[in-house]
Amino acid sequence: MKKPFLVSKTAFFTLFFVAVASFFSLANTSEGEHEEKKEEFSISEVILDHVMDSHEWHLTESLVIPLPIILYSEENGLEMFSSSNFFEHHQPVEYKGYKLENNHITIAESGKSVVDISITKNVLMLIINTSIILFVFLSVANAYKANTGKAPKGLQSVFEPVIIFVRDEIVKPNISHHHEKYLPYLLTLFFTVLFGNLLGLLPGTGNLTGNISFTLFLALITFFITNFSGNRNYWSHIFWTPGVPLLLRPIIFPVEVIGIFTKPFSLTIRLFVAITAGHIVLLSLICLTFIFNSYFVGIGASLVVVFINMIELLVAGIQAYVFTLFTALYIGMATAEDHH
Amino acid sequence: MLFSLILDISYAIAGAGIGAGLVAIGAGIGVGRIGGSAMDAIARQPEASGKIQGAMLVIAALVEVAALFGLVICLLISFKG
Repeated sequence: MKKPFLVSKTAFFTLFFVAVASFFSLANTSEGEHEEKKEEFSISEVILDHVMDSHEWHLTESLVIPLPIILYSEENGLEMFSSSNFFEHHQPVEYKGYKLENNHITIAESGKSVVDISITKNVLMLIINTSIILFVFLSVANAYKANTGKAPKGLQSVFEPVIIFVRDEIVKPNISHHHEKYLPYLLTLFFTVLFGNLLGLLPGTGNLTGNISFTLFLALITFFITNFSGNRNYWSHIFWTPGVPLLLRPIIFPVEVIGIFTKPFSLTIRLFVAITAGHIVLLSLICLTFIFNSYFVGIGASLVVVFINMIELLVAGIQAYVFTLFTALYIGMATAEDHH
Repeated sequence: MLFSLILDISYAIAGAGIGAGLVAIGAGIGVGRIGGSAMDAIARQPEASGKIQGAMLVIAALVEVAALFGLVICLLISFKG
C-alpha cells in the first residue's frame, strides 16, 4: 500500500533537509558581504597554480619550499640561486636583474628571456619518481638473485604478477620478432607512467605525467625506437605501399608520412589530457566549497571527490596500460616479418 | 561602445559553456554505446564476462580522453576570456 510521495516520511525528511541546507547557505552569503578585507577567491588562479609547474613547492599557504633556480644567459653566464630571493613576504620582487612572473623568468630591463634550467617542481617529482623506481626494482632484482629457485617473497610477490602481465599481455602478443630486446624499455615505460600517475594523485605533490613536455619526451623515445628498428617491410609500406594501384601511390605517400608523426603525437596528447583533465575536475569540485562558503556544500563535495579519486586511480592504471600497449603495437608493426 | 565590449567578453564564456555541454553529450553517447555492446556480449556469453569487462574499461578510457580534450579547451577559453 504505497502512500503518495508528499505524505511519506522520506519525503518529509528530504524536504526538511533541503530547506535547512538552503537556509544555511543563504545565511553565509549575507555574512560574507560585511568583510571587505578578504581577498576574492579566484578559482582559475588556484587550478592553474596546482596543475602547472612552478619554481617553488607550495605545501600550504605559509609552508613553501623554495627550489633552486639555474639560469644561463649570454650577458651573465650561469647563475644559481634559491627562488626564495624572488619573494619578500609573498610579494614578487626583482632580484639580480631578473624578474619572475607567471613562472617565466626574464631579464628585468630588456624583457629578454633566459635559458631556464632550474629545478622546478616537476623536475623534482621526476627525480623522486625515478629514485622510487630504481629503489624498488633494484631490491626486487637482488631478491631474485638471492632467492633463485625458491618462491618469491616480499616486494617480489607484489611486482611479479604485474611484470608477467606486461610481458604476456602487452609485449608478447604485439611484438612477434625478438620481443626480449624491447621488453626492458616497455617495462620501464609502464612503471614510470604508472608511478608518475599515482604520485600525482597524492596531496601536495606535483603533476609529473600531466606535463606535456614529459609525455612528449616519452613519445619521442618511442618514435626513435620505432623508426630505427623499422625493417624493409615497414619502410616499403610507407614509401611504396604494396597492394595499391600505382596511380594512387604518390597520393598515399604523404598520408603515410604524416602517419609516422601522428602516432607519437597522439600518445603525447592522450596521456597529458587524461591526467591533467582529471586533476582539473578534482580541483574544481574542491574549489566549489570555497566558492559557496558553506558546510553542506563542503560535505557533499568531499564525498563526490572521494568517488572521483577512485576513478582517477583507475584512469592512472589504464593510461599506463594504454601507453605501453600502443608503443608495443607500433614497435610490433615496425618489426613485423612479411607474411603475405 | 562599452555595451558591445561587454557583449564580446560574454560570448566567449557562453561559447565555452555550450562547448562543455556538447562535450558531455559526446562522452555520454560514446561510453554509453560501449557499455551497451558490452552488456549484449556478456548476455550472450557469461563465461567471457571478465575479458569483456577488461576490454570495455580500456576502450572507455580512450573515448573519455577524446571528450576531455574538448573539456580542457573550454576551460582554457573560460580562464582567458
